Amino acid sequence: MADKMKITVLRYRPEQDEQPWTQSFEVEYTHEMSLLEALNVIKDTQAPELSFRWSCRMAICGSCGMMVNGTPKLACKTFLRDYAGQEMLIEPLANFPIERDLVVDLSDFIEKLERIKPYIIPKEDVPYPGERREYIQTPKQLEKYRQFSMCINCGICYAACPQYKLNKEFIGPAALTLLYRYNEDSRDGGKAERMKLVNQDSGVWSCTFVGYCSQVCPKGVDPASAIQLGKVESAKDYLISMFKKEQ
Amino acid sequence: MDIVKADVAIVGAGGAGLRAAIAAAELNPDLNVALISKVYPMRSHTVAAEGGAAGVVRDDDSLDNHFVDTVAGGDWLCEQDVVEYFVEHTTKELYQLEHWGCPWSRKPDGRINVRPFGGMKVPRTWFAADKTGFHMLHTLFQTSIKYPSIKRYDEHFVLDLLVEDNQVKGVITLDLQNGVTRLIKAKSVIIATGGSNRCYRFNTNGGIVTGDGMALAYRHGVPLRDMEFVQYHPTGLPGCGVLMTEGCRGEGGVLTNKDGYRYLQDYGLGPETPLGHPKSKYMELGPRDRVSQAFWQEQKKGRTIKTHLGDVVNLDLRHLGADYLHERLPFICELAKAYVGVDPVDAPVPVRPTVHYTMGGIETDGKTATKLHGLYAAGECASVGIHGANRLGSNSLVETVVFGRVAGEEAAKFAMENEFGSDDVLEKQAENSLNKALSIIDGKRNESVADIRNEMGDAMEEGIGIYRDEESIKATIEKLTALKERYKNIKVTDSSTIFNTDWLTAIELGFLLGNAEAMAYSALNRKESRGSHQRLDYVERNDEQFLKHSLATYNPDGAPSISYSSVKITKSQPAKRVYGKAAEDAEQAKKAALAANK
Repeated sequence: MADKMKITVLRYRPEQDEQPWTQSFEVEYTHEMSLLEALNVIKDTQAPELSFRWSCRMAICGSCGMMVNGTPKLACKTFLRDYAGQEMLIEPLANFPIERDLVVDLSDFIEKLERIKPYIIPKEDVPYPGERREYIQTPKQLEKYRQFSMCINCGICYAACPQYKLNKEFIGPAALTLLYRYNEDSRDGGKAERMKLVNQDSGVWSCTFVGYCSQVCPKGVDPASAIQLGKVESAKDYLISMFKKEQ
Repeated sequence: MDIVKADVAIVGAGGAGLRAAIAAAELNPDLNVALISKVYPMRSHTVAAEGGAAGVVRDDDSLDNHFVDTVAGGDWLCEQDVVEYFVEHTTKELYQLEHWGCPWSRKPDGRINVRPFGGMKVPRTWFAADKTGFHMLHTLFQTSIKYPSIKRYDEHFVLDLLVEDNQVKGVITLDLQNGVTRLIKAKSVIIATGGSNRCYRFNTNGGIVTGDGMALAYRHGVPLRDMEFVQYHPTGLPGCGVLMTEGCRGEGGVLTNKDGYRYLQDYGLGPETPLGHPKSKYMELGPRDRVSQAFWQEQKKGRTIKTHLGDVVNLDLRHLGADYLHERLPFICELAKAYVGVDPVDAPVPVRPTVHYTMGGIETDGKTATKLHGLYAAGECASVGIHGANRLGSNSLVETVVFGRVAGEEAAKFAMENEFGSDDVLEKQAENSLNKALSIIDGKRNESVADIRNEMGDAMEEGIGIYRDEESIKATIEKLTALKERYKNIKVTDSSTIFNTDWLTAIELGFLLGNAEAMAYSALNRKESRGSHQRLDYVERNDEQFLKHSLATYNPDGAPSISYSSVKITKSQPAKRVYGKAAEDAEQAKKAALAANK
């Protein structure tokens, strides 16, 4: 006989509800069943009006971030078997405004991704290799930023970040990680432009190094480390600017 | 209703849509480009592509090799002039992505590395570990931010195309976040919405892959071409269908049956190659249609492995070793552990064929133009003519950028020579389309979206699977006809305008049902076996009658009509499609014949 799980979901319908409420469901589950599959069972059989984002089912599209018993997770990579004997409380990602049910408004995060100039800005001293040639980049050079290019933009680190909770100006873990990724790319020459953002109050110095972002990252990206490395760069920038002033 | 104007409107922001937007912006920075997607661009299903993208780069390779592999791989149903254009432009596009920052895997000297892939004679698959689609998509999305003329409409669902005087003049969308209806007027429109594989129950695809763009074009009289050719990827995880990339086999993984036997040698792909030494076009590096068909045959013979998630074979990667697996196939290791509890380092991964790719799509010419003036299509939603009856792995990722660019440039040029449509006509159309879409909201009806979707998916697997015959296809058609009737009585209770997924999934289901019918009728009428379309009642390829593209044309009152169009042959005459040693023998014979003629 299949096991059963009680899943309580936070509901909010902006046109009808003054405030969020909760609704509980019971779902039979197998060993393989993910939370995403369970939510789809609920939607298909019990609550067709329940809304949540999802697509790939394989932890790469970044759509289905949500709070599971208070911890931000991807629904597709969370399995009911790991909650056997407990109940599950599912809420929208913390620190973002709720749009409807489990769907949050990510526009602030998306704007920050755009703001940090996440693209190669050609270097003046590196000649363009031509249409049919690559920039030489050794595996060692690739390794300097590779890990930080793995972010799937799920927003889970923002839901975990105590600083973002207090201060929405903070650029935040994923966007600062992406910024660092481009700064460390041997093909890029845009570091000086991006360091202006890093050095601002809303940049790396807002982070108090709690490190929760790295713990919850479903892709092992380690934003906390990118931000700490960013602080080192920012400190160097500061010293250099002091030195320049004296001249 | 909010009304905005753009010179070029692009529907879909995956690999093809993003590349098109950048191309249009680069061709003429004064043009306003509207990039519309029902999801944020980085959620698009390009993200899930793992193995890589094909582009000739090695000294021992040639454009002609890539051409021959692609055309033979497609069982000669390719537009050969388009394939020629394609192979000439793949490498350039992949270098362009490199210049934009794509973290391609490198050789020790810092140059691009390539891996072998199925049906490809020489290794030419560029890869970024086993997250190639993810990196291409994020690189394109991030690069697109650089262009001020690209305005994104994220989480906007396109309900219909707006057409005036047989020319597309815009789209009507619903802004899902804000509940606003938004008419986007445009001088040209590109559809780049991906495949329609959610017609099937068991697939590698994300929930969003519902063939919306195909359905929109189809309903406006643009034919869907070669829809009977649906690719089963040989290695999906049982249960969920999650993809185990062909790169697993490219790197040396092998497929074994319940006896530990490498069964592919029994299906024209042998002889067996030594473990850890994959050989191009042999055994596990055969094309996807053949490898999936071999599974079906093994299953019939009772030589697959029974599990509680269905019949499987083993994908054995253990001999590659932990270090190599973690370098080349880290995502595969992560996925296998999460979804079937197997670490590929220690145990073989259970796999089975699963629906993966729609070879057919919106009929376009070699420059992505459709029959409807001003409407272009690129990527998986389109049938530009490079995949024929079977797509080779790693040709589709690069297709998104090669033909995404073409579409962006062509649509931009078209926009520069054409005007906006008239407000009153477009607004009236938009209102009609909106009202029609909203009319399905009716809580008093009683058919469930989920039931119809699941029954459709099962019927497609059942009747139009790896092998099909007249009886099975007809049974599926009967089912689809009944489901379409039931769809009229579909129950949608939610009348919210904000992120109403109850209603949205019902609209998507309507699109899927139409596309499924196009697949079914095209399959019924093609009385031969070619590539991924294998008929048990017509086992041979029949060039005399069927070296032709199928065209499914929409009929609002019933079944689509099926007609045919010719296939462009330039330099490769149809021949017997062979792999393994048979292919080498055939090549030797051809060379000998040439020499004798001299």
